Amino acid sequence: MGIFDYAPAPESRAVVDIKPSYGLFIGGEFVPATGGAFKSVNPATEEVLAEIGQASAADVDRAVAAARQAYGAVWSRMPGSERAKYLFRIARIIQERSRELAVLESIDNGKPIRETRDVDVPLVAAHFFHYAGWADKLEFAGYGAQPRPLGVAAQVIPWNFPLLMLAWKIAPALACGNTVVLKPAETTPLTALLFAEICRQAELPAGVVNIITGAGETGAALVAHPGVDKVAFTGSTAVGRAIARTVAGTNKKLTLELGGKAANIVFDDAPIDQAVEGVIDSIFFNQGQVCCAGSRLLVQESIQDELLDALRRRMGTLRLGDPLDKNTDVGAINSAEQLARITELTAAGEAEGAERWSPACELPAQGFWFAPTIFTNVSATHRIAREEIFGPVLSVLTFRTPDEAIAKANNTPYGLSAGVWTEKGSRILSMAKRLRAGVVWANTFNKFDPSSPFGGYKESGYGREGGLHGLEAYLDV
Amino acid sequence: MSEKTATKKAAATKAAAKSTPASVTATTTAPEPASAPAVRLDVRKTYKLFIGGAFPRSESGRSYQVTSADGAFLANAALASRKDARDAVAKARAAFSGWSGATAFLRGQILYRVAEMLEGRRGQFVAEIRSVEGLSEAKARAQVDAAIDRLVWYAGWTDKIGQIRSTANPVSGPFWNVSSPEPTGVVALFAPERPALLGLISVLAPAIATGNTAVLVAPDSAALPAISLAEVLATSDLPGGVVNILTGKASELGKPLAEHLDVDALDLAGIADLEFATTLEQAAAENLKRVLRPSAAPVDWTEAPGTRRLTAFLETKTVWHPVGS
Repeated sequence: MGIFDYAPAPESRAVVDIKPSYGLFIGGEFVPATGGAFKSVNPATEEVLAEIGQASAADVDRAVAAARQAYGAVWSRMPGSERAKYLFRIARIIQERSRELAVLESIDNGKPIRETRDVDVPLVAAHFFHYAGWADKLEFAGYGAQPRPLGVAAQVIPWNFPLLMLAWKIAPALACGNTVVLKPAETTPLTALLFAEICRQAELPAGVVNIITGAGETGAALVAHPGVDKVAFTGSTAVGRAIARTVAGTNKKLTLELGGKAANIVFDDAPIDQAVEGVIDSIFFNQGQVCCAGSRLLVQESIQDELLDALRRRMGTLRLGDPLDKNTDVGAINSAEQLARITELTAAGEAEGAERWSPACELPAQGFWFAPTIFTNVSATHRIAREEIFGPVLSVLTFRTPDEAIAKANNTPYGLSAGVWTEKGSRILSMAKRLRAGVVWANTFNKFDPSSPFGGYKESGYGREGGLHGLEAYLDV
Repeated sequence: MSEKTATKKAAATKAAAKSTPASVTATTTAPEPASAPAVRLDVRKTYKLFIGGAFPRSESGRSYQVTSADGAFLANAALASRKDARDAVAKARAAFSGWSGATAFLRGQILYRVAEMLEGRRGQFVAEIRSVEGLSEAKARAQVDAAIDRLVWYAGWTDKIGQIRSTANPVSGPFWNVSSPEPTGVVALFAPERPALLGLISVLAPAIATGNTAVLVAPDSAALPAISLAEVLATSDLPGGVVNILTGKASELGKPLAEHLDVDALDLAGIADLEFATTLEQAAAENLKRVLRPSAAPVDWTEAPGTRRLTAFLETKTVWHPVGS
């Protein structure tokens, strides 16, 4: 690493207190699960962190019943202004306990503390703060004088942004007057369980938020439960499809935020250094385990060499390692299973003839790791150009004209996000208009805000999360 | 032609004559010269499909009899096949870029033009609805009026829906951030059987007002007003392929459209069999189509529709850009 080496700068783990085992949070109490238990592992070390209760169908029943009871007896009757104050309280407690949440998230998920501390947790608090203010202003949202909540919301979230996805789901649901049963991902339950404790600190009425842990069957039982009125899911397109089939023919309102294969388009007039930083953010943020990651770089042919040289140089400075080290840029892959998928797809990339490159990068012996990787000579038919890899792997394609860039960018069943880099304003606007994607980042990438609606076109799902648009998912409109 | 049909037709034409449209007075009886036959033989209309701006027969060569409310023969209509449905989807897809890219003002003018053309043919539609639905003239007239008024209502929405559904988002940082709606794409619409014309317009107008293109499945019993509506659309400056109308059976066309990977959304308003609607919604999950479920309770289509059908087939796009000097 050149003349100056980085000294280790680990964030202290002392701030978190991980219990040996966790139950389910139902009706305001932690109760034992009746479906057995599974382990949550630190993906950076493979250390077992805790035993987590596996919710059975009976537990799902109990959780839905608790949510229904709280909905009818308390939450749907409470004035919006009081609901608002609970949500503001939660936002404040998250801010107060932000370091604890950030460290715990890094330990359980493997993402760098720099991200959990500076991105995930601040956005979580901001999300609760934003929707808190909506709770007593729903009549101004454009859905009529007295928009009604739906009832009990079943929410199933992924492992890539465990606490942030929880916030995206719970904050608008509660603001609109619904109660929730939320299932965090099997590999990242710890911050959701800490959030349950935060609900108790906030003295949120029992049953308004219920957290049940488990794997796929628990999620399937929850979304299929006849007692829920709303289903919200973030995760893979395959599971989203299965959920859409499950709720077909019911009265359940459904929102899905699914996979992506975003194009990040760099024109020859783009400021190269900024574009390179944008490309780094677009694919190596959170180890590329981001549904809206810019996993296809479309670079204008005339600047291909210049851009890729700069990109390789910049990739050489990325620091991979201990997620709790404050200097770490690239953390651990969340699970052995995910690592296997990334490994399999990158092998397919090589087998299909694309050229693979990674910077010299030592991987820790323990844990799940994958070096930042780019593929050049990628053709549109390669699996690495079509399938969501969900890892720190960038596929580079080229184009000559804006029309070709649009054709290639839209040539995917997904439509979650896209990026455009150019100094020409009119071109930005025309590209933004023609890209079939729910979020377009122009001269930036991977920016999020509670007031900014997020969600996809086509097979990236439907419905929006965030801002005024995000209310619709939780109101009977 | 059976006696019953002749009577029915005469009733229909009489009703039409009252309302004066030139297009139907051709079939009314006039004082005849002594040497002419007592009754002039009708020139009947052939009812075909409406695909890509043209009026083809079904590729299958099939047709079916459309009968009046009391069972009398009215016409032979083309019985659309799954291949016709696929052709219609291809035309709707081809028309999407132009129609979604047209200005909202232009779309509004064209929808208003459709209303104008419909107004000019009121008598014809009143006659058709009377024969198909067996309604009194007053009720048929009320339905046609409501259908025209609904078109005018939606024509006015084209350049407003974007404003009420757009937001400038106050994000925490130096970014310009705006969300605005865009059409979903190709929508397959299953029109309710009754009211025949108002039902067709109620599902079609909102879908195309926002820039989607449509494959409209008209219930087999509504073929007459559906294909007459196609004639109206064909002469209203509506680009070919924006609306494609198939007459036939939802039970046959439902699955191919629900499964079609180039269809982006379904409006199941006309699927009365809720079990079948569930099957279609399940099939639609394959490519995550947006689905508007049918109502379990009877729908009063004369009620003010609100914006629900406009917003059902819209996507929200959010664009970020840094603010700097």
